[in-house]
Amino acid sequence: MKTTRLIIVAVGGQGNLLASRILGEASLLSGIPIRMSEIHGMAQRGGVVESALVFGKAESTIISDGEADVLVGFEPSETLRALNKCNSNTTVITNLSPLPPFTVAIGKGVYPDLDKLQELIRAKTKKLIAFNATALAKEAGNVMSVNMVLLGALLQTGILPLSTDNVKEAITVRTGRFAEMNIKAFELGFSSAKLS
Amino acid sequence: MHKLLTDNPGNKMLLLGNEAIARGAVEAGLAFAATYPGTPSSEISLNFFKISQESDLYFEYSTNEKVALEVAAAAANTGIRSMCIMKHVGLNVAADALMTLAYVGVKGGLVIITADDPFMFSSQNEQDNRYYGKLSGLPVMEPSSVKEAKDMMPYAFDLSEELQEPVLFRTTTRINHSTAIVELGNIRKRVTRGSFKKDPLNCVTVPAVSRKLHVKLLKNLEKASNISDNSAYNFTEGKGEFGIVCNGVSYIYVSDAVKDLGLEDKVRILRIGFSNPMPEQKIKAFLAECKKVLIVEEGEPFMEEAVKAFAQEAGLTIPIKGKGEGLFSRLYEFDPAMVRKCIAKFFDIVSSAPEPIDLSNVPELPQRPPNLCAGCSHRATFYAVKKAAEGLSTIYPTDIGCYTLGFLPPLGMGDFLICMGSSVGTSCGFSKATDNKVISFIGDSTFFHSGIPGLVNAVFNNHNFTLVILDNGTTAMTGHQPNPGVDMSNLNLSGYGRIVIEDVVKALGVPHISVIRPYRVKKSVEAIREAIKFKGVSVVIAKEMCTLYAKSLKKPTGKPFYISDKCKNHRNCVNDLACPAFFIKDNRVHIDPVMCAGCSVCAQICPENAILPVKDKK
Repeated sequence: MKTTRLIIVAVGGQGNLLASRILGEASLLSGIPIRMSEIHGMAQRGGVVESALVFGKAESTIISDGEADVLVGFEPSETLRALNKCNSNTTVITNLSPLPPFTVAIGKGVYPDLDKLQELIRAKTKKLIAFNATALAKEAGNVMSVNMVLLGALLQTGILPLSTDNVKEAITVRTGRFAEMNIKAFELGFSSAKLS
Repeated sequence: MHKLLTDNPGNKMLLLGNEAIARGAVEAGLAFAATYPGTPSSEISLNFFKISQESDLYFEYSTNEKVALEVAAAAANTGIRSMCIMKHVGLNVAADALMTLAYVGVKGGLVIITADDPFMFSSQNEQDNRYYGKLSGLPVMEPSSVKEAKDMMPYAFDLSEELQEPVLFRTTTRINHSTAIVELGNIRKRVTRGSFKKDPLNCVTVPAVSRKLHVKLLKNLEKASNISDNSAYNFTEGKGEFGIVCNGVSYIYVSDAVKDLGLEDKVRILRIGFSNPMPEQKIKAFLAECKKVLIVEEGEPFMEEAVKAFAQEAGLTIPIKGKGEGLFSRLYEFDPAMVRKCIAKFFDIVSSAPEPIDLSNVPELPQRPPNLCAGCSHRATFYAVKKAAEGLSTIYPTDIGCYTLGFLPPLGMGDFLICMGSSVGTSCGFSKATDNKVISFIGDSTFFHSGIPGLVNAVFNNHNFTLVILDNGTTAMTGHQPNPGVDMSNLNLSGYGRIVIEDVVKALGVPHISVIRPYRVKKSVEAIREAIKFKGVSVVIAKEMCTLYAKSLKKPTGKPFYISDKCKNHRNCVNDLACPAFFIKDNRVHIDPVMCAGCSVCAQICPENAILPVKDKK
């Protein structure tokens, strides 16, 4: 089986770890070997949260620079920050709704221009799928389901060796009373990625 | 039922490394566990805490790692299987107990987890705790994967009982915080009651006894060396003439690299999972088959030094390299590409990897450092101290917890930190050695952990500083674990005592004590001003529950605030408080109502009184 390497980056609180967990559970359901790694603790207080997921035969749980097959960013500037994980053959999926870090508010940094950001990523990678996932999460019923919207877009690319059904099942098992809303968010993300 | 108690051997589960470690201990029949929480080890004990509430496993959060090890050591000396869990620097705190416990030994298995943190994701240093094995003369086990972390645990307990000594179980962050699919094994029945046989001539370490016990320890070490040589956790793979000796996560990076480079027929790997004592005969036999050998290990050249010494004894002169120019570093953590590159370089192999893309025209991105949460009471306290100390030349020793983040701008409250509890001890030194006003910060859990002895010292030696105890009613940084000051009824748990910090401070004879509610800004500033005017030791206790913890306990929170039209864009709120709920849009400050915890601190400092509570809470 081919190894597929996925990096997910987000801001603390955006539900990156839950999204990773769901992909892990879906892999267990599909009988796909999966190894993942994440950073907890100090890094979580509003900082960047990065998960690495390795599907298939490799033993490693982390992904070196330039070795991700897919990069999913829950926040546009964080997607750009993680570009070091990509190569010219990487597919990138990004939310376009910014969460400017606090340093911008106190004048210690400039938030990148969103058009320029997309242009840069598009020029350097195989494919960019960019859309406002936060708006779709709201449409599904809760801004917190932005992680599910992006999972939908990720599954649409067909790069992961997972079936949509298994991911939906994992969402249902894992998120209980929010499952219906989360599935809706997932589907909105899936259709949105089809259009880009 | 807790998922880690599932008695269904052969069943597969997706587990975090720390869950796999806890499950391994359950399978080994663990009966007794004690800890002080610390990243990256914390989830091991969080799971034991929950399991203990629905089974006969005894678990406790101890005051600090030294106490935890003493608690577990006693249990293990009554014959029951015990565990003590801590992060790497925790073992420094427990080292006094460890060094002589190695002499006395144990009756039931005792496994001590030391969770090392290469790259210091959430630690103050990246010390390599394999050296504690060497220093104490105790065996060290090191898993390479999540799956092995579980499988190795029953072996570690058996080993401890065979040697009648504690076993150090060393992990790194990438074991603790990786997740993989794990197959459940059989659960050995827990034996939860022990018995203690008096044997003072072997258990009371006066010099005459210890002289004898040290002889026993060295004999045991020889025995351990034989076991290490025969252990299935020290294994050889492959048949080539290029040798690689590796351990921990480095082994999985090596495995991937050997496949990627197509070196399966050329490389012979010796994986070390039982690293102290090193398997001497196995290493010598391995070296005899190799033309050159690369040692792949994160951290210090622990194995490299041993392997080179064995090669010298065996009269082998083959090149053996590990750390050094152009190869591996002692710094930080490894990654698969780095290991692949070093292997290719050392063995002269052509390696092709996708080149990372050119990032030279990517604009500089604004930093996103971790920050105190919206509504965090520490922010309010820091603000009040800063106001109260205006015009003074200050030194702010700080301590380990969420509040360490207060050192970042714009708060800038934190000038010195070395270890848990150091805020108090270093305040004694700074205040004697300088004319500055010394104001230090320590959290409630850290105060109990190791702040109290410093305060006793300060009262006895009549030092002159103000200690601010940030009492947020939990151990927040590591995930809201209880500490001796916590009201356990919040967690619907009974049978616990509770130590009130104010009572402790009073009993220690601190001459000036005040208690503030940091959300009341003006009163807090006044109280702190009084405290820092006092010549001698003064203590300010800032009491306010951690806002995240309060939310998780479903405590009522304040209404969110908004910025009304009265705002004249002074931006004191943004520039002085740096609460992450603020954002700037169209050159105006706004408050994110979802993030705002309703602490009202910004409303109290706004010169125009422009920040108001939202009328109807959404």
